[in-house]
Amino acid sequence: MTTMTAAGDAAHTRHHWWQHRTLSRFLRHRLAATGLAIILMLTLACLLGPHLLPYDELTVDLRARFSPPLTQDHYLGTDPLGRDIAARLLMAGRISLLVGFSVMLISTVFGTLIGVVAGYFRGWVGSVLMRIVDAFLAFPSIFLVLVLSAFVEPSPFMITVIIALTCWMEIARIVEAEILSLRERDFTIAARLSGASARWIMFRELVPNAMGPIIVAATLTIANAILLEAYISFLGYGIQPPLPSWGNMLNSAQQYLADAPWLAIVPGITITLAVSSFNFIGDGLRDALDSRSNLP
Amino acid sequence: MGRYLIGRLGQSIIVLFLVSLIGFMILNLAPGGPLSQFALTPGMSQADIQRIAAQMGLDRPLIIQYFDWLGRLLVGDWGDSFRDGRPVLEIIIEHLWATLLLMGTSMAVSIVIGIGVGIAGAVRRYSVFDYLATVGAMVALSIPTFWFGLVAIYLFALQLDWLPAGSMTTIGDGSVVDYLRHLILPTLVLSLVNVAIWSRYMRASTLEVLDQDFVRTARAKGLSRYRVLVHHIVRNALLPMITLAGLQLPTILGGALVAETVFTWPGMGRLFLDSIGYSDYPVVMGILMLSAIFVLLGNLLADLLVAITDPRVRLA
Amino acid sequence: MTLSHPPALAVRDLCVTFQRNGCETRVIHDIDFEIAAGETLALVGESGSGKSVTSMALMRLLGRQSRAAVTGQVALHAATEREPIDLLQIDDARMRQLRGRRIAMIFQEPLTALNPVHRVGDQIAEVVRFHSGSPRRQARAQALALLEQVGIPEPSSRLDSYPHELSGGMRQRVVIAMALAMEPDVLIADEPTTALDVTVQAQILTLLKTLQRDTGMAMLFITHDFGVVSEVADRVAVMYAGRIVEEGDVEAVLARPLMPYTAGLLASVPRLERAGLPGERLATIAGRVPDPASLPAGCSFQPRCTFAVPGTCDSAVPALASLKAGRRVRCTRAHELIPAEELSPCPQTS
Repeated sequence: MTTMTAAGDAAHTRHHWWQHRTLSRFLRHRLAATGLAIILMLTLACLLGPHLLPYDELTVDLRARFSPPLTQDHYLGTDPLGRDIAARLLMAGRISLLVGFSVMLISTVFGTLIGVVAGYFRGWVGSVLMRIVDAFLAFPSIFLVLVLSAFVEPSPFMITVIIALTCWMEIARIVEAEILSLRERDFTIAARLSGASARWIMFRELVPNAMGPIIVAATLTIANAILLEAYISFLGYGIQPPLPSWGNMLNSAQQYLADAPWLAIVPGITITLAVSSFNFIGDGLRDALDSRSNLP
Repeated sequence: MGRYLIGRLGQSIIVLFLVSLIGFMILNLAPGGPLSQFALTPGMSQADIQRIAAQMGLDRPLIIQYFDWLGRLLVGDWGDSFRDGRPVLEIIIEHLWATLLLMGTSMAVSIVIGIGVGIAGAVRRYSVFDYLATVGAMVALSIPTFWFGLVAIYLFALQLDWLPAGSMTTIGDGSVVDYLRHLILPTLVLSLVNVAIWSRYMRASTLEVLDQDFVRTARAKGLSRYRVLVHHIVRNALLPMITLAGLQLPTILGGALVAETVFTWPGMGRLFLDSIGYSDYPVVMGILMLSAIFVLLGNLLADLLVAITDPRVRLA
Repeated sequence: MTLSHPPALAVRDLCVTFQRNGCETRVIHDIDFEIAAGETLALVGESGSGKSVTSMALMRLLGRQSRAAVTGQVALHAATEREPIDLLQIDDARMRQLRGRRIAMIFQEPLTALNPVHRVGDQIAEVVRFHSGSPRRQARAQALALLEQVGIPEPSSRLDSYPHELSGGMRQRVVIAMALAMEPDVLIADEPTTALDVTVQAQILTLLKTLQRDTGMAMLFITHDFGVVSEVADRVAVMYAGRIVEEGDVEAVLARPLMPYTAGLLASVPRLERAGLPGERLATIAGRVPDPASLPAGCSFQPRCTFAVPGTCDSAVPALASLKAGRRVRCTRAHELIPAEELSPCPQTS
């Protein structure tokens, strides 16, 4: 029991990453605030939108193939099968955003775990773990994702796992570096001296203090995951039709580029918008959580 | 310098070993494992497959199979393509130079532009230019490369008809101009992301140097603004860029793959995608392993360059 | 001190104003002083008193980034020129010609003041080549001579060393060699010994004095350490919150400070037994240097001053009164705190 109290006291000295000043600094970062607003609106639209549109995303209407945007009720036009692009875009958004968030969760948890263990134990454990991280980083992530998705049954779940498998290394690196410096700080030493267990120190003392960089990296991971999903789905190895995703909506776009450019433009702009929003949020968080940052 | 480089070399060898382990694991993940080619062959019974497996030594423990595979990898026996039976390494090398041409051109273009933009942004910090460059770089990093390729094709090939939409040459035209015309769009697309990355890193690096005392000393010496910038600021700000170039190699290689697929550029990326389509796993694995080796070599080269250019490392 | 010829450096009404977030903050208020050729003026004050900003303003090195507005006059009278040049009036190109040639500067941190990627010989030769356009080989020979002059052992092998291969003292000697390469008329030394060991400190101070005697340059020596002041300076000007509060010959000021702040500073230097004023209580000065953005009313030192009188000291900024023998003091109670004979004529104030 004494152990717990001592460690708890030490925890009081910890630097709280989420403070009022942080929030206001983040909001002052106009682009980050705009990004956050866009993501919220996009999420809301993807959740509610499909119920409000006159068409659903699967209804094939061969008489209305290749309708350009704003013909009748097809606000964003139709695809080669006459399906409503607006409806598909929003349903695809559900999938793509879900994949993005899930990848972020999986890779953040996994990467943090590896990073904390490597940073806390250092020595050969840390060395081996970090060399494994290096080994994964040596493969261009797109190559790895493509090979793996070609080898397995491409369900949304498997796609998520595969993308997560190529996204955790960056977080592991960041966390390891952070832990290496945190473990020498007074509160960690105090906790260690008072006999707190390694697990307690790692997850109650170190990880909460490394939260700032983790959150920034996690946000940027969502952006990266959405891009990766879009690319492999575009190539046909990701989310499989008839399930729409932003990437597989672009699937036939190259073929009909000359006649129906909106097939490419609409999902492409949506992806860019979503990804840059996440990037701007991550950037704003970096500024808000780290005053040393050089970005305006 | 010697000890530093030997340390880095040792690390790279360990990483290379781990890379091979990951590669072997992926190989065994393939449907049917290394035998998948026969699974697709009609008229082959399960018994036949088992006999071949025994012949190829696939009934041995995994660990022995791994070292066997690794040994063959080391002596350059990377297997034969399922598609046409030619040695994997031969096929890859055939496609390699197209990729290197594309990557090299893009690297050259994007380093020059990115570093220029980065320096200008840092020197004129918080100016309109700096703001636009920073936001522009963020957006550029957010545009899906393949989609940007489609847009470029739509604009410059389909609408304006200025440039070819894909491949590396026009059939029957082997002129340099023709090559260059085919090179422009893939380079443009591949460079977008690279310029963004370089400019952001260079900006941060320059800002860091700008604050340092020796810059003030250089100004106090009465040197011209140009000399202070080039000789003192940029010279120091470039040092971390070398390491970054090494670390960015996987991203650049991945970008090349994407650009190649959109523009049907006959390089390694295109070959990779085709081979996946044909379930030609030896070639797929070969490219995967080669790109990882390439990345590790790139990092080592970066370390070597740092050791040569940074006097503080040179003597460490 | 003969003032038959004009001073090498004459500063008049120097003001520096920073602009931050739309509001202006004046950090340097009407500084004026003169330094004759061969003379050393020490500018003393706590950190935050504006010493370094003053030196950077004189060199016109306050970057555009800091949005500093510098006004006043900085007249540099170079030995080679007939007329003094106002450094604040000339264009950037002209200023660059003078910087490093006629007015040079050395800095506090020899560790970071040298470019880590260039050989020290090249860094010294750079000044020579840039200002006199001498060919590479000649500049290198001159760099070698300079290294020898600043007392670096085995100068010919040190020429090709990188800064990180040298000790702190050696690096500071290199910085000095760089500053003296063109034999400037004025040298600004911004806390050049603060970052060094005590023994090395003494060596560097001796070196600076020797070099000054040889070249006859005027030296503005910035420091917070009265011990150093007594070793190098002829005269001393004490700065507080962006203003000069006292000035005079070193012996006079050290022996009998007129401003309570100076007395306080002196009392906090252990090796000087005599602190003059009835100020034995002032072993440390309570409080801290005020923020330039919100200076107290009246005398800036008044909130920390044990002699402050409400209604007098906090009503108006006291003038810098000139006394005899070039002595100046900025204190409304100076006439009460010092014997009458010290407060001789000179009613002229600034």
